[in-house]
Amino acid sequence: MGLLERFRESRFSKIIHKMFGKNHAKIGIYGPPNVGKTTLANRILRDWTGDIMGSVSEVPHETRRAKWKNNIRIDNGGSSLTMDLVDTPGIATKIDFKEFMNMYGMTKDDSRVRAKEATEGVIEAIRWLDDIDGVVLVMDATQDPFTQVNVTIIGNLEARNLPILIAANKIDAENASPATLKSAFPQHPVIPISALTGYNTENLYTMMVKEFGKKRHKQRR
Amino acid sequence: MTKKDSGIAFNLISRQKLEHLSSLEKLQYILNEVKEGRILVLEHGLTPTEQTQLIEHTMKEINHDTFIGIEIGGYENEKVGFFQRVFGVVKKPRMTVIGPAHLLRMVHKDNDMIETTIIPGKGAS
Repeated sequence: MGLLERFRESRFSKIIHKMFGKNHAKIGIYGPPNVGKTTLANRILRDWTGDIMGSVSEVPHETRRAKWKNNIRIDNGGSSLTMDLVDTPGIATKIDFKEFMNMYGMTKDDSRVRAKEATEGVIEAIRWLDDIDGVVLVMDATQDPFTQVNVTIIGNLEARNLPILIAANKIDAENASPATLKSAFPQHPVIPISALTGYNTENLYTMMVKEFGKKRHKQRR
Repeated sequence: MTKKDSGIAFNLISRQKLEHLSSLEKLQYILNEVKEGRILVLEHGLTPTEQTQLIEHTMKEINHDTFIGIEIGGYENEKVGFFQRVFGVVKKPRMTVIGPAHLLRMVHKDNDMIETTIIPGKGAS
């Protein structure tokens, strides 16, 4: 074992980390519906544990209950982060069951059930904000980023002094424009990724270890 | 929602009207008005925390036959400088438009303009 590795394993190193940083954090994956939150959660789990978080679908509000996995360790060179990862339902300001019928061919009964569960999911996602240490905010890089949901989530997290990483997802799509996201939210790190193909997720992991490992004093709302 | 023959109500709400209300009273007022089919333009919008609470309250109020939620758009809160922060000045919410989602659609929003439209067939001429 080299000197550096011995230092990392030492009690002194652990004391230093306890004083200046966190190595266990509860991280929420947030965003509007259909931006690829569960695809990203699956990607992270597959890369670091071989597991998956949940099913994905082109129909919005596929994730209607928060799901989580504990003790996922991400290694990045000399640093690491152990996290509990929470995949939250998409946050929306409106849910119309007719959209599920008209756009995705679902039956009326199934659409109404899905819409009802989706409203409960939004409430659950918002309540999880009280219990997390950092957020990966997933945005669709092919869409206009200035939605009120994005702005509201960011404003809320800033008020809580929680660290935010913006994952500009779907970068593999032809019309993706991560530069638009970067200019829309210059105050936060924006990492272009494709959760589907895994493109640039190494960079996301590096930023997660860096940003979520910092010690902060979060504000309770 | 009550769609009146005279058209869609568009109410511009002054800062003074809301500033003496608690957050909960403010949200109840807004949600009641929007459920009645009115579109509100708030001179002084909601804080991010209030906006999140509004979304939460809206979800509880959704009735799939009469109220499918809200459309909301506001400018980012005013930034405050270092010295203002030292003296306890917090970010101020700015103008915000809120309406029922079956009537109002956000077309585009950026730092300088919020573009909305009334959904065709719901009162637009």
